[in-house]
Amino acid sequence: MHNKTLIDYTLHLADNALIIGHRNSEWCGHGPVLEQDIAISNIALDLIGQARNFYQYAATVSGNGATEDTLAYLRDAIDFKNILLVELPNGDWAQTILKQFFFSTYQYFLYQQLQNSKDAQLAAIAEKALKEVTYHVRWSSEWVIRLGDGTLESKNRMLRAIDEIWSYTGEMFLAASYELQGIREEYAVDLSEIQKNWVQKITSVCIEATLPLPADTWMQSGGKEGKHTEYLGFILADMQFLQRAYPDADW
Amino acid sequence: MEKGLTDIFRDKIQKEIRIEPKDWMPEKYRQTLIRQISQHAHSEIVGMLPEGNWITRAPTLRRKAILIAKVQDEAGHGLYLYSAAETLGITRDEMYDQLHSGKAKYSSIFNYPTLTWADIGAIGWLVDGAAIMNQVPLCRSSFGPYARAMVRVCKEESFHQRQGFEILLTLGKGSPEQRRMAQDALNRWWWPSIMMFGPKDDESPNTIQSMQWKIKRFTNDELRQKFIDVCAEQVKLLGLVIPDKDLTWNEATGHYDFGPINWDEFWQVIKGNGPCNKERLETRKKAWEEGAWVREAASAYAEKIERKKALLVY
Ligand SMILES: [Fe+2]
Ligand SMILES: [Fe+2]
Ligand SMILES: [Fe+2]
Repeated sequence: MHNKTLIDYTLHLADNALIIGHRNSEWCGHGPVLEQDIAISNIALDLIGQARNFYQYAATVSGNGATEDTLAYLRDAIDFKNILLVELPNGDWAQTILKQFFFSTYQYFLYQQLQNSKDAQLAAIAEKALKEVTYHVRWSSEWVIRLGDGTLESKNRMLRAIDEIWSYTGEMFLAASYELQGIREEYAVDLSEIQKNWVQKITSVCIEATLPLPADTWMQSGGKEGKHTEYLGFILADMQFLQRAYPDADW
Repeated sequence: MEKGLTDIFRDKIQKEIRIEPKDWMPEKYRQTLIRQISQHAHSEIVGMLPEGNWITRAPTLRRKAILIAKVQDEAGHGLYLYSAAETLGITRDEMYDQLHSGKAKYSSIFNYPTLTWADIGAIGWLVDGAAIMNQVPLCRSSFGPYARAMVRVCKEESFHQRQGFEILLTLGKGSPEQRRMAQDALNRWWWPSIMMFGPKDDESPNTIQSMQWKIKRFTNDELRQKFIDVCAEQVKLLGLVIPDKDLTWNEATGHYDFGPINWDEFWQVIKGNGPCNKERLETRKKAWEEGAWVREAASAYAEKIERKKALLVY
């Protein structure tokens, strides 16, 4: 069942990128500063582009008439394999920034390793995306520092954001069954390796931002295996509306 | 002295030499341009909203990506235009205040709702299409920064129009429900698009002065006619019908004749009685107010960094 796990792994990567990209796109037209409205829409575009590359690959491996759109628009919440962090509501600018920073840093180290994947296609997508993600990490970390070390209000909002989001970071490094299999077959990334780098980067940025990180706490998980928060269903209701209402139509 | 400056200004206008921000210009020219450019900038920003609300519902990943890119372009247009207006001695914050207080206007077209996906097609084809018709001549505006901003804007607008046309083309070739959706969108967007060119020439008091200053190159009615002529041909490719029973080719004039425009609706929407005036303005105000703490934090942090740098110097 080599294909099934490869497809699951690729869908997991695609779903992560799509759902956080979708969340970012909710800011389009509503950002706190015009320049940042543009920046976050840009990041949304990058991430949706990455998702498309992964979906297209998963569709090719799947065969059976699957396309990027059947995979994005015709699966239900229990089939989505994204981590819970990316489906959380945007909240205020502090929460959006913090989510993005945690996620982009994770994606950065993940893609860095994925470039060495035995699967040439995954490696190529990662290599191409890494440049974009490098910018996402820079942009989001600069905002974390600015808000953490800005005003009292911005600091308090960042502290609240950490409170809200921290327990969703553990899942990034908790390997799902398809990841373990993929690691054995050397196309998936070993998460224990990138965790160290992630912790180091997060810690150094948060020190600069004068933001304390919580001690070990309970971590939420389940998204990678299809056990989601209630938020995902609403995202999909929005996203999949037209495809569901007008089956088999071309758009 | 004053007389001399006026002559130099008039001379430049006549010789098609651009007026630049540092040049002397009549106060009324400056004020007219501030109004024109800031209104245009506000239109770009408010214009993000009706289309933006379909980003999360776009029917395919490709459409979603195109729509985000398009709406993001509009933000970029707003940015160029606010910068162009700033060269005339007004700040972006002041312009926002004018928008939020209702003192400054934006294009009324954005006070109409987007009900179905086909509206995204209709907006691209008609609204961006009308914008191009209005803006291409502005690339030759006598005011340098505005003309240059318009050159950049127009390049992107033609991509916007094409993506809209392509959406309608796809729907037109689709299922009966999709064709119905497309026709319904055209029915709702046609007349408001025609009104985008502004009141009839004899009810547009500023036109003569603006044409003399070369910040307007064609009258409202001239541009409207040109737009109708183009659309009346393009619609044939879509297999849709423009909702105007009087629309007919006139051999003698070489133009399409068209039916009466509902000017009462036009003035009502300008007065604030359009279907979405309140929502659009509230949404902009909300984004601005909720972003206040972010902007404060950013400038507080920037000041901290400046102070640290200064300490290092000494
Ligand atoms: Fe625009
Ligand atoms: Fe425009
Ligand atoms: Fe446009």
